[in-house]
Amino acid sequence: MSIAMSAVDISRALTRISHEILERNNGCESIVLLGIPTRGAHLAQRIGANIATIEGREIPVGTLDITLHRDDLRMRPPRALMSTMIPVDGIQGRDLILIDDVLFSGRTIRAALDALGEIGRPRSVQLAVLVDRGHRELPIRADYVGKNLPTSRQQSVKVHVTEIDGVDEVLIESQGDL
Amino acid sequence: MRHLLSIADLSYVDALSILDTAQEMARVSDAPVKKLPTLRGRTIVNLFLEDSTRTRISFEAAAKRLSADVINFSAKGSSVSKGESLKDTAQTLQAMGADAVIIRHPASGAAQWLADSAWMSGSVINAGDGTHEHPTQALLDAFTIRKHLSANSGDLRGLSVAIVGDILHSRVARSNVLLLSMLGAQVIIVAPPTLLPVGVESWPAQVSYDFDSVLPLVDAVMMLRVQQERMSDYFFPTPREYSHYFGLNRDRLGFMKKTAIVMHPGPMNRGLEITAECADSARSVIVEQVTNGVSVRMAVLYLLLAGSPTSPGVAI
Repeated sequence: MSIAMSAVDISRALTRISHEILERNNGCESIVLLGIPTRGAHLAQRIGANIATIEGREIPVGTLDITLHRDDLRMRPPRALMSTMIPVDGIQGRDLILIDDVLFSGRTIRAALDALGEIGRPRSVQLAVLVDRGHRELPIRADYVGKNLPTSRQQSVKVHVTEIDGVDEVLIESQGDL
Repeated sequence: MRHLLSIADLSYVDALSILDTAQEMARVSDAPVKKLPTLRGRTIVNLFLEDSTRTRISFEAAAKRLSADVINFSAKGSSVSKGESLKDTAQTLQAMGADAVIIRHPASGAAQWLADSAWMSGSVINAGDGTHEHPTQALLDAFTIRKHLSANSGDLRGLSVAIVGDILHSRVARSNVLLLSMLGAQVIIVAPPTLLPVGVESWPAQVSYDFDSVLPLVDAVMMLRVQQERMSDYFFPTPREYSHYFGLNRDRLGFMKKTAIVMHPGPMNRGLEITAECADSARSVIVEQVTNGVSVRMAVLYLLLAGSPTSPGVAI
């Protein structure tokens, strides 16, 4: 097991992503952040707080649970549902930034795009991830990446956040590490 | 768990997991597009061998919101009225590839019997069997109570609920007593002695014959329908006398706590166990119970059917 990103690395990456989001969308007028539970939701909160500090105004931040749209539901036992909290003004016509911790096969993001269809029609959907570990199985890419992490399929990437795990870090575990 | 047959089979964790899932499902009902792809390609049969309005439509709405295919089957107009047995009916449904059967049957234990039989491989959901249990009704009642009265959306600790009326014939009462007490609520049963079942002392509930003394103590009052169709005997002298002692009316509404809610599983006998004024009052959550029923049934269908058929579920 090795540490791929420390707390400081994560904080810098999130700060950079916050600036990139503002740059690309010409400010924060139209943007809405939706984090994918569980850890993506916390990252969304932090990016939201960063943007609020930079721009001096609050922006809408919510969560989007994608469990009911997964394409692998039948391959495992039923999963508990996480919370979906759409900001009161909705997503219609906004520039929506999806935020997740790790981008891997791309299937979670496909499910998220389907889930958005029930809620409204944003003007654009962009994707921010803390770690892109490769091995895509669908034609999906991230617009904002904290760190590109080349991995093998045998490895697993674990993102820990203070709110849940008590510490900010990104770990790479290889099989047999346990 | 593959089947939902009774509240007695559920653990505390199972029950909370259904309520929490239902809370998320409720958001779907508020969304502009009320449809999820989750159970696409699954076939669900509504096998209703006893009359029902809201339970059947509620299950149908829940299944359709999750994109399952629904086949409705009722005793009237089917071969059951020609004398076909439950076994033959079940085997027919199995041959048609039903993934789940939602059964309502006049005989207590019918759902269990179907689940234990080798006639079908799908899930069985009990939608009311005789005077035994009606688990999804209890779950939606608990969901409604939690939504109105419990701040932290955990369990129902610290709340007390009165269940009033025809306890003897009521599967709703049986399921509710088990579920509400499991979730930590104090349950008080109020009924004339003739409408209490044998062995009620062993239920996890208090029993009272005096409605007026119970009213100021409780956070929710659940009125039950007087089930005239199951009454083969004289249980009370006149309907008027019943209303006088056990009906909910304007005066009694005044004795209740200011925050207390009025519930009824439906269908109501307006003027017998509840006056129209109480049923339509601001305290009444009777219509909302129907809305919540769809969310709770979506949660049950999701937890029973969405996962892999071979690996047993963790959640329930």
